[in-house]
Parts: sequence; structure tokens; C-alpha cells
Amino acid sequence: MTEPPGGDAPPVLALRGVSKAFGAVQALRDVSLELFAGEAHALAGENGAGKSTLVKTLTGVYRPDTGQLLLDGEPVEFHSPADAQNAGVAVIYQEPTMFPDLSVAENIFIGRQPRAALRRIDRGAMHGRAAELFKRLGVALDPEQPARGLSIADQQLVEIAKALSRDARVLIMDEPTAALSGAEVTRLFNVVKALREQGCAVLFISHRLDEIFELCQRVTTLRDGTWIASEPVAGMTHDDLIRRMVGRDLDALYPKLDTVPGEVALKVHRLTREGVFTDVSFEVRRGEIVALAGLVGAGRSEVARAIFGVDRWDAGSVEVNGRGLPAASPTAAMSAGLALVPEDRRQQGLVMEQSIERNIGLTGLKNLRRGPVISRAAERDRARDWAIRLQLKFNRLSDAVNVLSGGNQQKVVLGKWLSTRPGVLIIDEPTRGIDVGTKAEVHRLLSELAADGLAVLMISSDLPEVLGMADRVLVMQEGRLVAEIPRDAATEESVMAAATGRAS
Amino acid sequence: MTAVTAGRGGRSLVDLVFRARELSIVAALVLLVAVTTGVNGNFLSGQGVKDIFLNASILVLLAVGQSFVIITKNIDLSVGSVVGLVAFTVGDFLAADHGRGIVFAVILGVAIGAVCGLANGLLVSFGRVPALVVTLGTLYVIQGLDHFIAHGRQINAVDLPPALLSMGNGGVLGIPYLPLIAVLVMVAAGYYLRSYASGRDFYAIGSSPEAARLAGLPVRRRVMTAYLLSGGLAGLAGVLWLARFGTVVADAAGGWELQVVSAVVVGGVAITGGVGSVYGAALGALLLTTITSALVVLKVDPFWQQAITGALLLLAISVDRLLALRVARILRRRNARHGS
Amino acid sequence: MAPDVTTGALGGSLQRFLRWDVLVGVLLVFVFAGGLTGSPQFGNIDNLSFALGDLGEIALIALAMTLLVVAAEVDLSVASVLGLSSALVGNLWDAGWAIETIIPLVVVVGALCGLVNGLLVTRLGLPSLAVTIGTMALYRGLAYVVLGDRAVAGFPQQFTDLAVNDVPGTFIPYPVMLFVALAAVTGVVLHATGFGRSLFAIGAQVEAAHFAGIRVKRIKLILFVVASVVAAFAGVIYTFRYGSARADNGSGLEMAVIAAVLLGGVDFDGGKGTLGGVIAGVLLIGLLRNLLMLNDVSTEIQSIVTGLLLVISVITPRLVAAVRQRRRTPTLTTQPTPEG
Repeated sequence: MTEPPGGDAPPVLALRGVSKAFGAVQALRDVSLELFAGEAHALAGENGAGKSTLVKTLTGVYRPDTGQLLLDGEPVEFHSPADAQNAGVAVIYQEPTMFPDLSVAENIFIGRQPRAALRRIDRGAMHGRAAELFKRLGVALDPEQPARGLSIADQQLVEIAKALSRDARVLIMDEPTAALSGAEVTRLFNVVKALREQGCAVLFISHRLDEIFELCQRVTTLRDGTWIASEPVAGMTHDDLIRRMVGRDLDALYPKLDTVPGEVALKVHRLTREGVFTDVSFEVRRGEIVALAGLVGAGRSEVARAIFGVDRWDAGSVEVNGRGLPAASPTAAMSAGLALVPEDRRQQGLVMEQSIERNIGLTGLKNLRRGPVISRAAERDRARDWAIRLQLKFNRLSDAVNVLSGGNQQKVVLGKWLSTRPGVLIIDEPTRGIDVGTKAEVHRLLSELAADGLAVLMISSDLPEVLGMADRVLVMQEGRLVAEIPRDAATEESVMAAATGRAS
Repeated sequence: MTAVTAGRGGRSLVDLVFRARELSIVAALVLLVAVTTGVNGNFLSGQGVKDIFLNASILVLLAVGQSFVIITKNIDLSVGSVVGLVAFTVGDFLAADHGRGIVFAVILGVAIGAVCGLANGLLVSFGRVPALVVTLGTLYVIQGLDHFIAHGRQINAVDLPPALLSMGNGGVLGIPYLPLIAVLVMVAAGYYLRSYASGRDFYAIGSSPEAARLAGLPVRRRVMTAYLLSGGLAGLAGVLWLARFGTVVADAAGGWELQVVSAVVVGGVAITGGVGSVYGAALGALLLTTITSALVVLKVDPFWQQAITGALLLLAISVDRLLALRVARILRRRNARHGS
Repeated sequence: MAPDVTTGALGGSLQRFLRWDVLVGVLLVFVFAGGLTGSPQFGNIDNLSFALGDLGEIALIALAMTLLVVAAEVDLSVASVLGLSSALVGNLWDAGWAIETIIPLVVVVGALCGLVNGLLVTRLGLPSLAVTIGTMALYRGLAYVVLGDRAVAGFPQQFTDLAVNDVPGTFIPYPVMLFVALAAVTGVVLHATGFGRSLFAIGAQVEAAHFAGIRVKRIKLILFVVASVVAAFAGVIYTFRYGSARADNGSGLEMAVIAAVLLGGVDFDGGKGTLGGVIAGVLLIGLLRNLLMLNDVSTEIQSIVTGLLLVISVITPRLVAAVRQRRRTPTLTTQPTPEG
């Protein structure tokens, strides 16, 4: 442990020896963390390392199984998010939950509006105070406008204004920059730095290492739910931090096999969905892994959804093996040989309460038919084949998928789609929230599939994964395809520069 | 600067949608009255107008109560049967004991209604079950109770204290009591919902139950309150029903729940919660009542009334939905243009 | 019926025994045994035959409603479609049409009703509760428009006999025979075909179903059409069984249907349930009604009992789930999301 700033003052908020499990999954194991006034503290770790669970423990959403929460050195228990708020702990989520039908000012002051005589709401005072907060933050927002339609960056600022109005002493920011453009990140950082200087304790979570180095004084690293280190940022390098997060050298992780690209399997031409993405054109050849990189909110998943027909596109065309696809028909996309492993496993990828075999069978209901009825034997065989091939860890194929770990759930999704024998696989965040071991298995699998002639379009926010796996990297920024970078030229810097629109 | 212009635009856009709803109801009312009067000049006679307002008053009271419930993203289908139950039981009491006054009648009626509302509120807020199914169940339970108590009897005006009947049909300075009471309740409810912190909670809860929970708002207590108000106002409406009509059978207000829900939704209270005002709901109630009266004057088969109620409800939710989609699309484009 | 409920994490034989639909089956046996000992007429073949026949329309509609609720939708307008169908039969028969022409026409009208429900839900994305509460008023209103408050009787005996008489040599009325046949088909469709698999997927996780290439909108549209067609045909049976066509035929029947489906263990949020459970639920409601009737309990009380059953059947599973959840994970306040 390093010397805390502020001398002998105890940390404003601290965790000591906290563990938390969900069923069989141990999300946090004996984790400690100390947040001091006037300091920005980074929380680093891969997806699935337990960062969100830690945040939810700090903010009263979860209660720890073992261990303690300390406020100003005294043990406390938060029974609800309201408890944490009253103690001065505020959270800014990646996508804030707002009241879309209420005004911006009411969103800030709901439940504690300024009162006039007879306990009436003093609207003038409320709008005045909201305007004052925005002025203090240096942002131009109208307190009287409805929250519906605010951009995510503006919603976060409203949340920060809310935290200020409550005199929050701890500001927790859970990947606040993931969906922001370069200018918006700068604006946010200016606000946060000012708050820090006024004595706020800040906990900052981000996947972009640059931001950690720019904003924070100390960093705590988690890996697989376990505390690894808490140390000053000064003197650390990117590589030091990555090594703490990943726990081994990077190169060994990505077993990408060299392949010779075949003919064009997927051709996307001038695809546009108004207000979401514009004029996107690219090709993916057989045997190729093409990565689609960019910031969250750049429109990558939306392009994937439109190609597969989940959403409608407004203009452009999609061809699979030279044949055009109709818009908005996943069924047609599937019969053309397209498969989509979606980004949100729990909502889009799986029917969580149904069994492994049911989930894998869902994409092949036609093939499982014997006469008019589904053959349970055929359904089970299909599931078993893929479970074995993907080395799925399970008790029975009739178990519901919600008892599996994240990595095994992802394998079920993969089995569900690979069992359709696709020619083109679109895979959105292939390793989000799964353990390191399974991650390597997924990468090996993708590599083998490409070597067998599958065309793979991979969307990933995990830069090392993009750089390690992809033959080519396409970069999207604010709904447009802005760069195509071949494997040799793709570096963390070149991809991020294109993704954020900062000239490099 | 873009944030400000985008913001101002968003505000005026949403404002416009709101005002458009209330204006279009007023326009529909004016058109309806004009056409009907054109066909039959008697429509705007003193008695005709008075009848419309008397009939609308009871519906307005129910619509105000229902607004509280729907704004919190719930629904109360049991109000019609509460009106029936209250009208009959209070009438029964008064017929048996002439010594009781109006105050007793009102207190008893509101109390019975509040008990029904309490039952609904408990089931919905603590049982966490879909409000529509619960209140569909209590609709039939309360209706059954009403029939059981009535046992085929009916309450006759001659058995009731004259003071009560004069409350139903008399007035001060030429203005009948019923609309006065309805307007009083409406204004009080509207003022509370707009100007008190706890009133705003109802909108917040309906707008996003998840955010309300995170913000530490007392969600269950407010939902309970909404049902309690809806039940209590239905009780009051039951007493006024008795006062207005005097003669009451068990299934007095049978099917009224559909009228009430239609009035509220037509008046711009979104069935998805968080949006609308009791004034709009009251306008909706006035429109539905006027349509009923106009049908009679226009010599249209009165059996059309229920079908029109249903059609208006469908029209209102469809228009709401289309507008919401449109606003969302405009905001999406605008954000894209200004750079989100 | 194939047991097909997806059990939770615990699995095991105890869990299986405690399954809701099995419990309802056991309860059914108890009520039956209680009826045999408690009431001398209950075990009488004629009475059982009557009890089954009296259930006919509810049972038929419950089959279609099961499919809808499994897919996380609901149709409150079925009883109104039944009423509209009855009114049409009455009106057209009165106008001299042949029954052989009337029946197909009524079924087509039913399909149109379902199409309106389904299109509003799937094309506009409106909640089915809101849509069908509107069409509940609309279709009932149209029934009144068609027939007013008249009652038409005097249908040809060959048809009224079909609706009442038993299949020769059995104590099973023809409509019940139809129910048995349709139940078998529905059971196979729900539990053994790809269509059934799709319904469970849609109900449990509609987005995942959409992503798996299931044509969610088309399937939902089909379900709404099927429900209304069945309800329209049930209206024909109802009319012949009572020998009387009226616009208010079957009002309130939607509650018995939904109560039976929920009582049978189908989750109102979709994705869970068995047809076996629903059949047990239908029979349970039927037997209870019959027992109440035999014991001279008034129809009002019957309405109360059905309403209470609806509330109980929707609230009990939630309470059980809440208690079980609390016992397993004492500190969990939201859905577990063990992700980084």
C-alpha cells in the first residue's frame, strides 16, 4: 500500500475484505479498496473481473457476503441505493437511468425539490439552482427541457449535477466515457478534475488506459474477482497495467492462424439506417477474420443487427455469397448462411430459463422435425455434439442455461449458431464477461473456423483482441466507417486515433 | 452551443405534442357541439347543457382518480363496480335510517371505496402482480358482493332523504352542485400533482419505475395512495350517483370502467405511465359524455355508444404510440446531426 | 400431457412434485372427492355431463388463451367476440339466412376481430392489455349495434341438439368432444412442435427469439386470429346451447378463461406453463361452479369465487417465488449479473 494523500484522515469510503458470490460464480473474492478525498482512483480489470459487482456493492445495490464497508473509517451497511446516496455516494453509469418524461431540473431534484410556502414546489428556485449547477459545471443545458432525447453525454452531466446538488463526497463513474465522442470526453474530464480539486473522492472505471493515466492518481487492479494491486499511477507504464490486468504476456493469447482469403462471402454496400449509421460499405472473404472496431455507440452493433435483419435498413444492400438479402428478415439471413452471435448474451443470445438443448435447438427447429413434431432425440444429439466440440462444462443438457458461468453460456450461444453451419459468422463482443481460460478457447475456435473457410466479422471493444485476431480492422466513428487498417499496420494507437477522431 | 439549441427544440417539440392533445379534444368538442346543434337546436338548450355537465361530473371524478393510477403505470378496472356497490349500500343505509344526513352518506361512501382501493393497492404494490389482472378480479368480486347485498332489490328515490336528492339535482346561483364538486376535486388534484413533491413522484414512478427505485422514492406507498384515491373518489362518485338518479339497482355503473379508462387515455394520460394531466382526463370525460348526449339528439342508435368508446380508446393509444415513435425518430436524427 | 415446464435451478424430485400444475391436479382430485361425499347429485352422470357442457366455451377459449399467455400476450376481448358472434347469429337467423351460411360468416368476422387485435399489437407495438381492453368495449358495442337488446330464439333443433346432446353411448356432450379433440391438437402443437418451441422462446425472451430467426410478429398475429376465431365459434355453440342469441351473451367470460389459464400454472409473464395444467385449471373452475350451484349458492357468490380464484392464481406463484428467492439469497436486491 502506498502513502495516502491527506495525511492521517481515514478514507472517505473503503471496502475491506469483501466477497460476493452469485450461485456458483464467485464475483468478488476478498477485495479491498480505499477512496480518499481529493483523489481520483482508477479501477482496472478485464471484462468479468468484477468491477461492476464492486461498484454495485459500494452503492448499496448488492450487499457483500463477507467483509465490510467503511464510511469515514466507521463500518456502515447500505441496504439500498438510497442509503448510499444519503451517505454522499453518487454513481454515474455508462447509460444513466433517467425519468424521460420529467424536466432536467426535476430529474436532478426529484424527491427533494426546493419548497415555497405551504410545502409547494418552488419551480423558480428549482430551475435557478439547476441553472447554477450547470453553470458551475460549465455546460449549457436548459433546466426546463424534458430529459427525453438528451444525448448520453448530457444525461451523465445531469447525473453529475444531481450528485453536486446532494453534496456528494464520493463520485463513482462506471465506464462513463464508453459512449462519448472525443470532445465530450474532454468536457467530462474538465468537470471531474474540478470536482476532484474541490475535495471529491472519485472512483473511475474505463477500458481506455490513456484516460486512467490522464485523470487518476492511483489505480486498483482486479482479476477474476480478486484484488491484485493498489498503487500510484505515476511511474507506471501501459504494459505494467495490462500485465496486472491480464496476468500474463499478451502475445501467447491469440493463436491466429494464417489463412489465404477466398472469395467474397459478405458484401455490404452503402448501408444506411437514418440517425444510426451512414453509408457503410465493406466485404468479408472466406477464411478472413475482419474486426469492426470503434467506441461503444459508434454504431457497430447496429450495423451487425441490420445486416442480420433484426433492424430495418433505410438504404443500401447486403449480399451473402453473391445473393442479395431482403431487409429486416433474420429468417432469410439465416437461410442464406448468416449467423449472428449477439452482444447481449442474456437478452439476445439465450433464453435464460430454458435448457441447454432447447437453446441450441432453437436455431434448427426445421431440421429437428420428424413429421410435424420435434424429435427430442435429434434435439439432444445436436446439443450433445456441440457441447462436446466446444468443451462445454455442464451437468445435464436439460439444465437451464442460467446456472452456467458466463463463459459456458457463451459456448452455448456459439453452439446454437455454429450448428446452423453458417458461411458467414458475425460475432459481437465474443469474449465479453468471460474468464481468461474460456476466452483463449473462443479465440482458438474462431481461428480454426476461419482456417476452415468461414468468413468472420468480429465486433470487439477489447483492443488486444482486435489486434490479435483480425486480418483487417475496420473502424467506425459516429455511425460512419472511417478507416480500414491491415493487420500489419494495426496498433492500439492507430485504431484508437481513428475511433476517437483525434488526428494522430 | 449545439446542446442548447437541441434542448430548446426538444422542449418545444414535446410541449407542442401535449398542447396538441388538449387542443384537439377542445376542437373535437366544438365540432361535435356545432354539428349537433346544427341538426337539432335543442341540443344547446339550458336543460341539455345542464344534463351533459351533470352526467360528466361523475365521470370526471372517476377519471381524476384513474389518472393517478395510470400515471403510475398501473390501471384500476374495479372503479365501475365500486360505484355500483357504494351507490347501493349507501342507499340501503339511508333508506333504512332517515335520520342520517348527507355528511354521513359521503363519509360512508368514500370509506367503502377507499377499502376497495386499499385492497387493490395492497395486491398490486406488494404482490407485484399485473394491475390489470388483479383489478379485473376485484371488479368481479366487488360486483358479486354488490349483487349479493342487493339480492334483486332496488333503491327508490322516495326512500332517500330529500337533502341528498337535492344535492344531486340542485345548485347554488344556478350552478348545480355536481359539476362544482367535480371541478373542485379536479383542481385540487391537478394542483397537488403539479406543485407538490409527492405529486411529482407519481409521474417519476410511471416514467421509469427503475429510476424511481434507484432514486429512493417511496414507490409502493405512492402506488398504494393512487389506488386509495381512485377507490375513494369512486366511493364519492357512488354517493353522487345515488343523489343524482335516486333509483339504483345492483349493476348501476356496470361497464363504466371502460368509459373511465377511455376518458383518461383519450384525455392524453399515456397508458404507459408518466405523462398527462387530470385536466386532460376531465376533458376526455366531457367529450365522451357529450358524444353520448349527441347520439341521442342525432337519433343515432344509442347502442353505438359503447362501440364508440372502444374505438376512441383504440384511436387514442394508437395516436399516442405513433406520436411517440415520431418524436423518437426526430430526436434520433437531431442527435445524429448535432453529434451525440 | 408431456410435462414440459422448465424447472428452476434446484431440479430434483421434490421440486418436480411441488410443481404448480401438479398441485392443481391434486387439488382437482380433492375437490372431486369432496363433491362426491358432500353432495348426492354431484356424482350423477347427468350432472357431470351438464357440468362439462357448461364449461364448453370457457374450455375451448382457454386453449387458445394458453397459447397467447405462453407467448406473453393476453386477449381480454374474447368474451366480447363471443357476444358479437352470438348477436350476428341472432340477427342473420332473424333475417332468414341459413345456419349453414351463418356459421362460416361468423367465423370470418371472428378472424377479422383477431386481425385487428393482432395488427394493433404487432404493427404498432402496443401492449395487448391496452389494445384488447379497447376492443373488448368495441366488439361488445358492435354486438349491441347488431342486435340491440333483443333476444332471438327458435333455432333449428338439429343445431341446438348438437350443442346440448351427448355423443351417443357416452355422457360427453358434443362440444366437449370437440374440446377433447382440439386439446389434443393444442397439446401437440404447444409441447411437441417447432411452433410450440417458438412460443415458449417468445414468451421467455422475446429478443432472443427474434435474434434466432423466429418470426415473432407473424406468430403473434396468428395467435390473436386463432383466439378470436375460437371465441367466435364458441359464440355459436353458446347461442345454440342456450337457444338464445343476445348481445350480452358471455359477458365476464374472459375472466373465467384467464383464471383457468393462470390457475393452470401458466405464467402471466409468458414462457412457462403446460396444457395439462390448464386443463386441470379449467376442470377445477368448472367443478367449483357446479358444486356451488348444487348447493344453491347464488350466481353472485359464484362470480365472487371466480374473481377471488383469479386474484389468488396470479398472486400465489409470485409469493411462492418471492419466498423461495429470499430463502436462497437473503441479500439479493436485483437480478444477479455476475459480469465485470
